[in-house]
Amino acid sequence: MELRTHRDVALSISGLSKCYQIARLNDKEGPAPRGFLDRLGFGANRHRTTREPFWALRDVSLEIPWGEVVGVVGRNGAGKSTLLKILSRITEPTAGRVDVYGRIGSLLEVGTGFHPELTGRENIYLNGQILGMRRREIDHAFDAIVDFSEIEGFLDTPVKRYSSGMYVRLAFAVATHLQPEILIIDEVLAVGDAAFQRKCVARMVDVARSGRSVLFVSHNMAVVKELCRSAVLLDHGRVVRQGSLDEALAAYLGSSTDDRREFPPGTPVRSAYARQEDDVVRLYVEVDAGRPLATPNLGFVISDHLGSPVCGTNPVVNRSAFPVRPVGRGTITATLTSPRLLDGTYQVSLWLDDGSEMLFHEKHCVRFDVRGMARPLQLDPKDVGWIEPECRFDFAGAN
Amino acid sequence: MTTNPDDASKMSQIELTSNLPTTSMRAVTGTSVPRLPLLTIRATGGWAAPNLREVWAFRDLVVSLAVRDVKLRYRQTYLGVAWVVLQPLLAAGVFSFVFGTIAKLPSNGVPYVAFSYAGLLGWNAFTSTLGKTSHSIVGNAHLISKVYFPRLVLPLSGVLSTLLDVAVALGPMAALLVAYGIRPGWGLLLLPIWLVAFVLLAMGLGLVAAAVMVAHRDVGHLLPIATQALMFGSPVAYAASAVPERLQGVYGLNPLTQLLEGLRWSLLNQSPPNWGLAGVGVALSVAVFALGSVLFQRTERRFVDII
Repeated sequence: MELRTHRDVALSISGLSKCYQIARLNDKEGPAPRGFLDRLGFGANRHRTTREPFWALRDVSLEIPWGEVVGVVGRNGAGKSTLLKILSRITEPTAGRVDVYGRIGSLLEVGTGFHPELTGRENIYLNGQILGMRRREIDHAFDAIVDFSEIEGFLDTPVKRYSSGMYVRLAFAVATHLQPEILIIDEVLAVGDAAFQRKCVARMVDVARSGRSVLFVSHNMAVVKELCRSAVLLDHGRVVRQGSLDEALAAYLGSSTDDRREFPPGTPVRSAYARQEDDVVRLYVEVDAGRPLATPNLGFVISDHLGSPVCGTNPVVNRSAFPVRPVGRGTITATLTSPRLLDGTYQVSLWLDDGSEMLFHEKHCVRFDVRGMARPLQLDPKDVGWIEPECRFDFAGAN
Repeated sequence: MTTNPDDASKMSQIELTSNLPTTSMRAVTGTSVPRLPLLTIRATGGWAAPNLREVWAFRDLVVSLAVRDVKLRYRQTYLGVAWVVLQPLLAAGVFSFVFGTIAKLPSNGVPYVAFSYAGLLGWNAFTSTLGKTSHSIVGNAHLISKVYFPRLVLPLSGVLSTLLDVAVALGPMAALLVAYGIRPGWGLLLLPIWLVAFVLLAMGLGLVAAAVMVAHRDVGHLLPIATQALMFGSPVAYAASAVPERLQGVYGLNPLTQLLEGLRWSLLNQSPPNWGLAGVGVALSVAVFALGSVLFQRTERRFVDII
């Protein structure tokens, strides 16, 4: 990035670090605590948890110039959300500082504080105020918000009666009419229909054009590409690359060839990797749940390199048999024989539950490449999607 | 839960020297910026008074959340806001039947309904504030983890909706006074002092409970039982004079005793309270509130990381 005068800086981040203390069981001394006394911390095993520091962000220094939409990319656990949470003042950094040179507004979720029993009108006011607007500002923007959300006829209907599309439109309309000079957005565009998404993207481009700044996190590379000209790539809490969007994206996708993914201590899923083996894709997941699981329900979703889902399943949906005896630690292998995938780079999101309680979920945590799994002659996935259909053509008729 | 900020920054400094980061954006620091930042985000530490200016900036939100609370409580009810009046009246009715008619607890010669309604007025202000304040953080976890505003906004909005209830509940009180021909004296002027003291005492306790509950939900289970015990240990359903002589000393330590006595004196024109003890009761309420809000302030920055 070229040298800039400091007048051009909207946000200046220096040496920012955030450390979480992760509770961990000491495995060496015996089985995991399960009794209720143990849980209360009075049992014989009470000294068996230790806290380990986990650095979600480490010495991050960045400058965000005015009038730019900057994408923040990186895998799950790279520190994107932590960075946004610190910038939104939801949590405090452990060290370092951020100097903010304008009014900052953040949108980490669409419709924060929306209440189903309240009407659209009431929710506009409440949500706007939660996002930091004064009542007067909302009065001022009210018509524009209603206009943008396309819900005129339902203003005085409780939002529990809204369709999910209407709900999202209204929530997003409020958010986009915030007038901060620096706007921080996390993954919220994943909702709503395509036409509305387009409208929102256009709205954000407008924000940037008016000289304000936007910091934008998303897994959806298609949207990042559309919105941002520059990007920051985070990995394991550090800034790996900042610069033009193409550069950062290339680095992001390039890092994908490292296949095995390890997870922080204390996570029920210890590691995971996926690879193509001839005409199947195998997913290997090493599990250590700390207790036996009767139904280790491991679900996965395969997405394309831009983050759009291609296919997914889990043992329950797939009607696979669970092990006869509960398993606490071991490897779960998922073999995908169908559909065949076209050539490209894919990402896998993982979920693990034991039938009742969600133990683990991580989006886009594993990557793999596919070469020649489907037939050699392939149509362009951009046009036809990523899977090769099983299909029979019948031709009836006479000459 | 999180480390002491001082320790943590030491840790990160050790990290820095042993493992110098080589990101491309390191050149940023050190140069001076001509324009002063509007806001600097950094680790804070130590004790501080709540940032009242910031809370004031969010006053609209306090009001809106309180209004939401009131609206939601009576939405899809047939009688609507009438419940604000009905609830304490019915409770006073039950009280006078159980404690007045059956148990024949003493009420200092005042008709038992008026006596217990006056007591419930203060008691409800206390428990409602305590309940709302103590659950204000855990109950709004979804807000706290998604957006920033001074956390004190949440308990304050709860208090505001309680005050509204109290104001409405004064209506039936007036009606009872007229019906039984009770004329309050000049003590009526001191009524707001007692009510505010009830709220401050409850808020102080509630803020501590709210802060502890973030890490230990046990408090949420303990609180209703403790509140119930406290009700029997305070002159809500009976007159303080009914307590045996030898227990009066201990009994007087409960600030609620003083506040309830003061409240009844203001409303029912009974014998005036012991001014020294009443003063201590009010002062104690203010002190508990101050202590609670400072403790809350100190811990609020860690709520999100634990909740």
